[in-house]
Amino acid sequence: MCGIIGVIDRARKAMDGSLIKPALSQMVERGSGEGAGYAVYGCYPEYRECYALHVFFDAIHENKKAVDDLLDQWGKVVHEEQIPTYEQPNLRKVHSPWRYFFKPDPGLMSWSPTPEDDIVTLLVMRVNTERKGALIISSGKDMGVFKASGWPEDVANFYRIEDYQGYLWLGHNRYPTNTPGWWGGAHPFNLLGWSVVHNGEITSYGTNQRYIQSYGYNCTMYTDTEVVAYLFDLLVRKHGLPEDVAVKALAPPFWDEIDRMPEKERLLHTAIRLTYGPALMNGPFAIAIARPGMMLGFTDRIKLRPLVAGENGDRLYISSEEAAIRRMDPEVGEVYMPKAGEPVIGRARI
Amino acid sequence: MSTIGALPPRYRVTVDREQCMLCERCVENCPYGVFRIEDGRLIIDSRRCTACHRCIALCPRDAIDIREHPVDYRSHPVWTREAREDIYNQARTGKIILAGMGNAADYPVIFDRMVLDACQVTNPSIDPLREPMELRTYIGKKPARLEIRRNDGGEVELLTKLSPNLQLETPVMIAHMSYGAISRTAQLSLARAAKETGTFMGTGEGGLHQALYPYQDHMIVQVASGRFGVDINYLERGAAIEIKIGQGAKPGLGGHLPGEKVNGDVSQTRMIPVGSDAISPSPHHDIYSIEDLKQLVRALKEATEWKKPVFVKIAAVHNSAAIAAGIARSSADAVVLDGFRGGTGAAPKVFRDHVGIPIEAAIASVDAKLRQQGIRNEVSLIASGGIRESADVAKAIALGADAVYIGTAALVALGCRVCGNCYRGLCPWGIATQREDLVTRLDPENGAHQAANLIHAWTLELSELMGAAGINSIESLRGNRDRLRGYLLDEGILKVLDVKSVGA
Repeated sequence: MCGIIGVIDRARKAMDGSLIKPALSQMVERGSGEGAGYAVYGCYPEYRECYALHVFFDAIHENKKAVDDLLDQWGKVVHEEQIPTYEQPNLRKVHSPWRYFFKPDPGLMSWSPTPEDDIVTLLVMRVNTERKGALIISSGKDMGVFKASGWPEDVANFYRIEDYQGYLWLGHNRYPTNTPGWWGGAHPFNLLGWSVVHNGEITSYGTNQRYIQSYGYNCTMYTDTEVVAYLFDLLVRKHGLPEDVAVKALAPPFWDEIDRMPEKERLLHTAIRLTYGPALMNGPFAIAIARPGMMLGFTDRIKLRPLVAGENGDRLYISSEEAAIRRMDPEVGEVYMPKAGEPVIGRARI
Repeated sequence: MSTIGALPPRYRVTVDREQCMLCERCVENCPYGVFRIEDGRLIIDSRRCTACHRCIALCPRDAIDIREHPVDYRSHPVWTREAREDIYNQARTGKIILAGMGNAADYPVIFDRMVLDACQVTNPSIDPLREPMELRTYIGKKPARLEIRRNDGGEVELLTKLSPNLQLETPVMIAHMSYGAISRTAQLSLARAAKETGTFMGTGEGGLHQALYPYQDHMIVQVASGRFGVDINYLERGAAIEIKIGQGAKPGLGGHLPGEKVNGDVSQTRMIPVGSDAISPSPHHDIYSIEDLKQLVRALKEATEWKKPVFVKIAAVHNSAAIAAGIARSSADAVVLDGFRGGTGAAPKVFRDHVGIPIEAAIASVDAKLRQQGIRNEVSLIASGGIRESADVAKAIALGADAVYIGTAALVALGCRVCGNCYRGLCPWGIATQREDLVTRLDPENGAHQAANLIHAWTLELSELMGAAGINSIESLRGNRDRLRGYLLDEGILKVLDVKSVGA
C-alpha cells in the first residue's frame, strides 16, 4: 500500500511545496516511514535549457570525481551545487544530494534524432548500473525529484520543499513490501522529463523489464516502478505514440471489449495489444505520471488500487484518496473516480 | 543359431484363471498375438506383450496382470539391463535400433525442478471465476512499433498494417502428427478438438486427407524435407504453413514412415506408392544455408499471396538460439522449438536418447537471444517436446514461449498408453496404425470429446495459475521468469534459465 498524489495547474501558475506536503501527510496510513518523495516541474527557470541531474552520492569526496569526469566527457556542466538539506530528528542522511545543470554535446551522438535525450539516458543508465557511490535520481529539464527514506513530512522538511515553486507536483508516501526501503527506492522515479509515482505491485514486471531492456533501458532500482518511466519514454518519446494511446498499451481493454468495437477501433486496439503485449502492465496499480506540461493518472485494467481525480478551475488533482485532495484544495469542485484503465490527463495550456 | 540365446521377457502377462471367464476379448483385442485359445484354454505368450494395456482396459473381470522385467539380471550400475540388451540385439542384427515415443533416458526433467509463484497480501490474486482471464494468443509476426497519426478530427489513425496472425483461444496447440504415422480417426479426433477449443493442429508431413477439409481453418500444413503431400491445393487450405527442418526426437534426421503403414489412402494423401517406406531426407535438398531457408519461406508466402503465416520448426540443439535468430530474420512468422523429449513414431534409439537439448533450456536461450537482438516480439515462439500438464505449459510460457504444441499428451487423451511401439503399425488403440479393423476402434466423436476436454481442462488450470499469480492476461506471463524459481537446479542451468533459486 502506498499513497500517491499529483496536481497540475494548467495555466502554469506556480504553487510552492507547502501545498502538497500536508496533503501527502494526510495519507499517513498508506506509508511506513520508509520512503517519501516529491517531483516538481518548473522549479529551475534560470537553467531551463539544462538537464537538472539530481544525484545521491555516498562518500561524496571519493565518488563525485567519476561523475564529474563522465559529464565533462559528454558535455558541459553549466552549474552545480549541493542540494540544500536541513537536519531532521527522524531522518538519517545516508546520501549527499547534489545537483548538476548539464548540457550534453549533441555532436557526440550525431546518429540519433534526439541526441541530447539519448546522451542523458545513457549517462543515467551507466551511472546507475555501475553503482559506484552515485545514483542519478532525476534527469529532466526544469524539474527535480526530492526523496529520501522517511515520513512525507520529514522528507519535505529535510529538503524544505516549500522553498520550491512549480506548476506541477507529484508526491508519494511509501510502504515498501517487495524491496527494501532505501533512498533510491523511494518514489518518484524519473528519467528525463518522466516522473512516476505508483501504488501497487506490477505482477508483469519480469516481462516488462526484459522487454524494456532489449531497448537499452536497465532497471537498477530493485523495484517495479521504474519500468513505468522507461515504458512511457519508449512508447511516447521514441515510438511517438500519443499518451492516451500509450495508456491503452499499458492497460489495454479486454479482448471481449475489443471484439465488440467498431471495425476501425477494433483494428487499432488489436494492433496495440499485438505490438505492445510485453509492455502490458498486470497486477494492481494506480499510477500518476508527469512530463513537462502534462500529468496523467491511470489504474490497472480491473482497478485493484484506488484513484480519484478532482478539478478546480485550472487545477487538476489526482490522488489515492479524496481526503488528500480536499486537504490541498477544500474548494475542489468535481471529484470523481476514473474507470479502470481510463487515463485522466491534464495538460498545461501554454 | 546365435550364441546369445533368448533374453528374459520384457513383460510377464498372467491371468487369474479363477476370474477369467474365457470371453476372449483379450484374444480379439491384442494385435500382437499375446493371447490365443487352444483346446478351450487361454494360452499366453508374454514375449509379444508391449504393455499397451488394451487387454487390461477391456477385461470385464480384471483378471489380467502385467509385470515389467519379471526376471532380474545381476544388477550393475554401469552395465544396466538396457545396455546389455541393446548389445545382444545389435550383435544379432547388426542394425540401428529403432524406438518410438520420446527420449526415455534418465535425464532430470527441468520442468519438475521449477516452481510457480502466487500472490499473498501485497497484491491480490485474481479469481478467474469472477474476473476476466485472457489466454487469447496471436501467433505470427508483430510490428516492432506502431505508426499512429492523429487526424484533423483528433481521431487516432493506425498507419501500420498487421501481418496475418493465427488467433488462439488457448496457448495449447496440437502438434504435427502425420496421416500415416497416426490414423485417419486419430487425426479427425484431434482436428475436431482443435476446432472446438479454438486452437490449431498440425498436419505433419503426410498431406491433408479430404476428411480433414472441414477443419482446414484450424490446420497448419507442414512442408518437410520429403515434400510429401505438398501441392498448391494443400498450401492454400492450411491456416498456416510450417517448414519442418528437424524434430526433437531425432535432430539431424528426416522422418521415417515404415511401408507397412502406407496403405492406399495414405499413399494417395502423401502422393507416394503404396507400401513404400517414406523416408524423408535429413536435410531439405533445397536448404543448405539460412539464405536458402529464407527463399523457401518467401516462396511459400508468394505462392499463398502473403496471406498465411509461415513457421519454421527446428529441433532444440546446442546452437538453437543463433539459429532461431536467423530464422526470425528470414520473414518467418514463428519459430517452433522441439525439445529432446519430443515424441515420434519411429526414431533411431541413439538419437532419441542422446541428441538434442531439453526444451526448457532451449526456450530460455532462444527467448534471451531474440531479446538481445531486439526482435523477440516480432516473431512467435512455439515450444514442444515433453509437455505433460498445464504446469509445464505455464512454465514454458514463463520462460518465454508464446504457445506450446502437445503431441504425446494429445494421443494419451485418445487412449494411448505410451507403449512406444508406434513404428510397428499395430496400435491396438487405433491411433498409430492404418489397419482398418484397428483404426475403427477409435471413434472420432469420442476422441474429439476427450482431446477437447484435455485442452479445456488445461486452459482452466492455466487460468487459475495465472489468477493466483495476479496476472489476467497471458502476455504478462510470457517471459516473466521472475515468477519462476528453480528448486535444486545447479547454478549453470539457473543462469541459462535466468531464474532465481527458491528462497531467493
